[in-house]
Amino acid sequence: MDASLKIVIVDENPIRAAILRDGLHEAGHTNVTHIEDRNGLLARIYAIDPDVILIDLENPSRDVLEQMFQMSRAVKRPIAMFVDQSDTASIQASVDAGVSAYIVGNLQKDRIKTILDLCISRFNAFARLQDELDRAKSALEDRKVIDRAKGILMKAKNLTEEQAYALLRKTAMNENKKIAEVAQSVITAAELFR
Amino acid sequence: MTDRLRIGFIPLCDATALLVAVDKGFAAAEGLDIELVREVSWSNVRDKLNIGHFDAAHLIAPVAIASSLGLGHIKVPIIAPFALGVNGNAITVSPALYGAMAEAAQGDILDPMTSAQALARVVAARKVKGDDPLTFGMTFPFSTHNYHLRFWMAAGGVDPDEDVRLVVLPPPYMVESLQNRQVDGFCVGAPWNSVAVDLGIGHILHFDSEIFARATEKYLGLRQRWAEENPDIVRRLVRAHQRAADFAESEINRDEVAALLAAPHRIGVEAEVIRRTLDGRLKVSPEGAYRSDPRYLLVGRDGAARPDPAQAAWLYAQMVRWGQAPLSGEMLAAAKAVCRPDLYDAALSGSLSAGETPHASIGAFAGPQFDPDNIETHLAAWNIKRLM
Repeated sequence: MDASLKIVIVDENPIRAAILRDGLHEAGHTNVTHIEDRNGLLARIYAIDPDVILIDLENPSRDVLEQMFQMSRAVKRPIAMFVDQSDTASIQASVDAGVSAYIVGNLQKDRIKTILDLCISRFNAFARLQDELDRAKSALEDRKVIDRAKGILMKAKNLTEEQAYALLRKTAMNENKKIAEVAQSVITAAELFR
Repeated sequence: MTDRLRIGFIPLCDATALLVAVDKGFAAAEGLDIELVREVSWSNVRDKLNIGHFDAAHLIAPVAIASSLGLGHIKVPIIAPFALGVNGNAITVSPALYGAMAEAAQGDILDPMTSAQALARVVAARKVKGDDPLTFGMTFPFSTHNYHLRFWMAAGGVDPDEDVRLVVLPPPYMVESLQNRQVDGFCVGAPWNSVAVDLGIGHILHFDSEIFARATEKYLGLRQRWAEENPDIVRRLVRAHQRAADFAESEINRDEVAALLAAPHRIGVEAEVIRRTLDGRLKVSPEGAYRSDPRYLLVGRDGAARPDPAQAAWLYAQMVRWGQAPLSGEMLAAAKAVCRPDLYDAALSGSLSAGETPHASIGAFAGPQFDPDNIETHLAAWNIKRLM
C-alpha cells in the first residue's frame, strides 16, 4: 500500500531493527533503510531523504535528529517530531516502548499513526523476546553451575549424580534458597579448600 | 512520610547538587526517596519529564524555556524552583585550530573579542583557499552551548549559520568527534573539555565564565502542574538541593564529592578530572598549562542556586536572535515565569541572600548591558542575527 514511503530506522541494535523492518515489510512498506552507525548520521539521512525517521530512545543520536527542526535551510523539507497534542496516550505508549518517530514533509498524521503503532508493538515484542532470552541464558548458566556442584559433591562425598542433586535440592529447600545459589556456594567453598 | 520520586539526569558536573542530594542522604533527610535515572539525550529527558515518567529533571535551561513556550515540541509548562549550576561550560578547539587562531590573533587570545576576531580571520582565510567550513559541536538546538558559541563568534564577525557549521553532538561523544576530526571545536559542560585536553586532542580556548560573568546553565525542572499539586514536595526538594549544593561547595568535602560523582552510574569519569572542575582549576592545553577561575562552575555559591528570571529572558532573547522564536512580550513573560525564585525563597524561608541584581547578571564580554525588560535593545545591538 505505502511502498512509496521512504522510512529510515536509526537503531544501534541490529536485531530489533530487523524485527521492525520485517513488520514494516509485512505492512507493505518496502522502502526501509536501517542506519546503525552514529557517524555521519545527518549526511546519510539527507542523502536518503526519507518521509519518516524512526529512532530508539536509548540512542544518543536523538538530540542530533532534533537539530533537523532547526536546519530548514539545509534540508529540503521540514521535519517535525510526531507529536499530537491531543493524543498523549500514543506518546506515552511510544516512550514506554522506547521508540520515537519523526515526520519529514507534510505527511498526513493518520499515515504515520499506523506506522508508529506498528513500531510500538514490534518494540514491545522485541523487549519480550529479550526478556525471554535473558531468562533462558540465566537458566543455562544455572544448569552449568549445578552440574559443576554435583560433580564436586559426587567426588567429595562419593555420591551418585541423583544423590548429589537430591542433596543440593534438600539444602536449598531447608535454607529457602535457589538450587543454583546453593550450587554456587558449593563451588566457592570447593575453591577455598583447594 | 516518604515520597518516591523519579528524576532524570545527564552525566555532567552541573548535576552535582542533585547527585549529592541523593547519594549523601540530603533528600532522604527530607523524606524523599529518589530514584535517579541516567539518560542519554536531552530529548529523552524532556519527553519523560513532559509525559510524567519523571517527576523532576536535571534540565538544560533553554529546554525548559522551549518546552514552556511550545518551541520545537509539545507545549508543557515547566518551572524551575532551583538552578543547578551557573557557568561551567568551556569552548575547546583542536590543536590545529588553536594554532591557526593563535597565529591570526592580534593581541591576547585569552581575550574573547581577540579570539573571536582571530576565528573570523581563520574562517576568511579558509574561504579564500576553498577549504571546508569549520565545524563546531554543541549539545542541543535549545542549549546554552549553542547560544554561547554563537554569541562569542558573532561578536568577532563570524556568522554561525553562514561561515561555520554548528552540529549537535551528545556530550559523551564530543571528545570522540574531535579526535575523528568530525568537528574542529565544541562547547560543552564539564568534564568533557578536560577529557579532550587529557587525551591531547583539545585545547580549552575559553571558560564560559570568561565570556559571561554569570550564565545560568541547568535547572531542576518540574512540570508546573505537578509542582502546583505537590507544594510540600517542592519545598523539600529545594531544601535537599540547597544543602547538597552547600556541601559540595565546601572545600573540605570536595574529594568526597568528586569520588561520589565519579561513580560509573553517575558521571563515570575519573574523580581527579571532576575535582578540577569543582576547583575551577583546569588543564587547558595538552602541554599541561593550567588556568584557574573560581567562577568556572558555581553549584550553589554566590546565589547561584536561586533561579534568575533575567537569565531566562537572556536565553529567550537568544532564541529570538537566532530565529528559533518570534519576538513577543507574551513569550518573554512566559520565559521569565519558568524561573521561580519565590518558590526557592519560600522553601528556604528567605534565609539566603538574593544574589546579584538581575540586571547586571549576564555580564557578557561584548554588547550593551542586558536589560531583561527590553530585549529589543539587545537584539538591535547586533548585525549578525536571524530574526523570524
